[in-house]
Amino acid sequence: MLGFVARRLLYLVPVLVAVSLLTFLIASLLPGDLAYVILGDQATPEKVAALRHDLGLDQPVWWRYLSWLGHVLEGDFGRSFRTGQTVLQAVAERLPVSLELMFFAEIAGLAIGVPVAIACAVRSGSAFDRFMTGSAFGMLSVPTFLSAILLIYLFAVELRWLPATGYVPFAEDPVANLRFMVLPALTLALAEWPGIMRVLRSDMIATLQEDYIALAKAKGLKASRILFVHALKPSSLTLITVTGINIGRLIGGALIVETIFALPGIGRLLVGAIYTRDLIILQGVVLFVAGGFVVMNFVVDMLYAVLDPRIRHGHA
Amino acid sequence: MTEPALLSVEDVSVDLPTPRGNLRAVDHVDLTVGAGRTLGIVGESGCGKTMLSRAILHLLPKKAKLSGRVMFDGQDLVRLDPERLRKLRGRSLAVVFQDPMTSLNPVLTIGTQLIETLQEHLELDGAAAKRRSAELLAAVGIPAPEQRLTQYPHQLSGGMRQRVAIAIALSCEPKLLIADEPTTALDVTIQAQILDLLAREQRRRHMAMIIITHDLGVVAGRTDEVAVMYAGRVVERAPTPLLFKNMHMPYTQALLAAIPRIDAAPHTPLPAISGRPPDPTRPLQGCSFAPRCRYATGLCHREKPALTPAESPEHRFACFHPILAPAGVGA
Repeated sequence: MLGFVARRLLYLVPVLVAVSLLTFLIASLLPGDLAYVILGDQATPEKVAALRHDLGLDQPVWWRYLSWLGHVLEGDFGRSFRTGQTVLQAVAERLPVSLELMFFAEIAGLAIGVPVAIACAVRSGSAFDRFMTGSAFGMLSVPTFLSAILLIYLFAVELRWLPATGYVPFAEDPVANLRFMVLPALTLALAEWPGIMRVLRSDMIATLQEDYIALAKAKGLKASRILFVHALKPSSLTLITVTGINIGRLIGGALIVETIFALPGIGRLLVGAIYTRDLIILQGVVLFVAGGFVVMNFVVDMLYAVLDPRIRHGHA
Repeated sequence: MTEPALLSVEDVSVDLPTPRGNLRAVDHVDLTVGAGRTLGIVGESGCGKTMLSRAILHLLPKKAKLSGRVMFDGQDLVRLDPERLRKLRGRSLAVVFQDPMTSLNPVLTIGTQLIETLQEHLELDGAAAKRRSAELLAAVGIPAPEQRLTQYPHQLSGGMRQRVAIAIALSCEPKLLIADEPTTALDVTIQAQILDLLAREQRRRHMAMIIITHDLGVVAGRTDEVAVMYAGRVVERAPTPLLFKNMHMPYTQALLAAIPRIDAAPHTPLPAISGRPPDPTRPLQGCSFAPRCRYATGLCHREKPALTPAESPEHRFACFHPILAPAGVGA
């Protein structure tokens, strides 16, 4: 098991290097000179040249990448030329918001998707199954900005149960914090349960055909034990992958949802950096988001091994 | 048989809807098994023997239609309410499936899969169930049973897995064990061991058993009675010694002839039954075996022979042109 973890960790290194290279190249391929962005259109060529030299922009790309990578390895991701904040500070400030949103969105998505998937798999082909599968397909095609607006209209404007936009840190006022989280988390969950449901449903239907499920029935086990112990665990591998991808994506912030609900998360940080051409922040945040993805994939691999002993023992 | 049968299958038919039409997998089958007795059900792939076993256990696919009665211990399993059926399964009625590679859950330990059955049906606490699981594994010939309890199926060989499946089946001392081709997926060297194990445990527990197989050789020394199935029907049924002494149905004879013989000269072609079983979605008007039978006449193609008694009433066969001379191999 330890060897398995070490092997997987080793795989992460080349992936992270490739990710950092791509991030850097994309940021440097963006049109516009950073020096002009900082100094404005009116800057004299001498001033621009001086700043370019200070920023190292007159060096070749590979040299700039290596020196950036060197700083990154020392934990220095650079700092915003606008606010003076370091990338790490900016991310650390915004991350709790995005993580909280991700957490509640995943919980809600799984809470809707998993029971529906199991109920559909057990009665596959029934009217209930066809209705839920159809609804899931419909929900999949509803963009988040639309469901966000509908939810705001229903719960904030008409019913006045929940605030439409805003944010209060959990430490300041837990209840208000949670109230602000409900609608954005629900919006994301509405987009996520169909994927969760469809993946788990089809895996579950396949598992329920297995001989070992027939044997579990022949052993006289209770239906609940057959479903939740014998069938759910071996059916969860794709579900774990999908959930892992969702989490990886949401660590990087939910751009649209954070913008609509005015949540100061990573997504808003990224959007702000793009608008203000804050390339250092942009580059740092993209690297962070990509890193989050890679780490999440590693966690998913580990969960595979926890769920399936054959992977753990290197048999599959 | 004077005592009432433990299991009696009465006029059971199974229909499966398929895209190509209705498939009659089991066609009006009657069978009985007395307490502590052994019945062998023999037939080639697709003859309905597995569907019949699933019908007895009430484990048919959702779409399958079952008719007839399956009387077990005085209750009709077909009409029993699900909760009482569940309490019977695993407790008095156990099964061993064909392929131990797929019949054990790959993500649960051997111990979990044994203990859950014990705790479901017997009032055992965790420690007692664990102890009994280890005893069961030892009884089916698995070395270091305590250690095995914490292992997963993939860490065991096929033969060992089938022993585990047998231990699970035996765990609650069932009255009837259905072994559905228990050795087909195993190495030849393991097959005899598993069959001997089943026979030994059966005698020790005075348990009735149904062995389903395609191999007449498997049932020869190990069963009290044999039923030969073809295209969903029982075509010959007799006490085992009587059947092997005097088989009447050409299909039974052909099945026996198809067993490779160790004393045959090298490079002797294997005697095979020519042709294929009939398409079960297009039932034949006459005898289902007629197209492949060398004794078939016009009558065989027009009418279905009924299961009729031979010289002794326990021996029944369905054929218009029975083989009357004592059966010899090499038809």
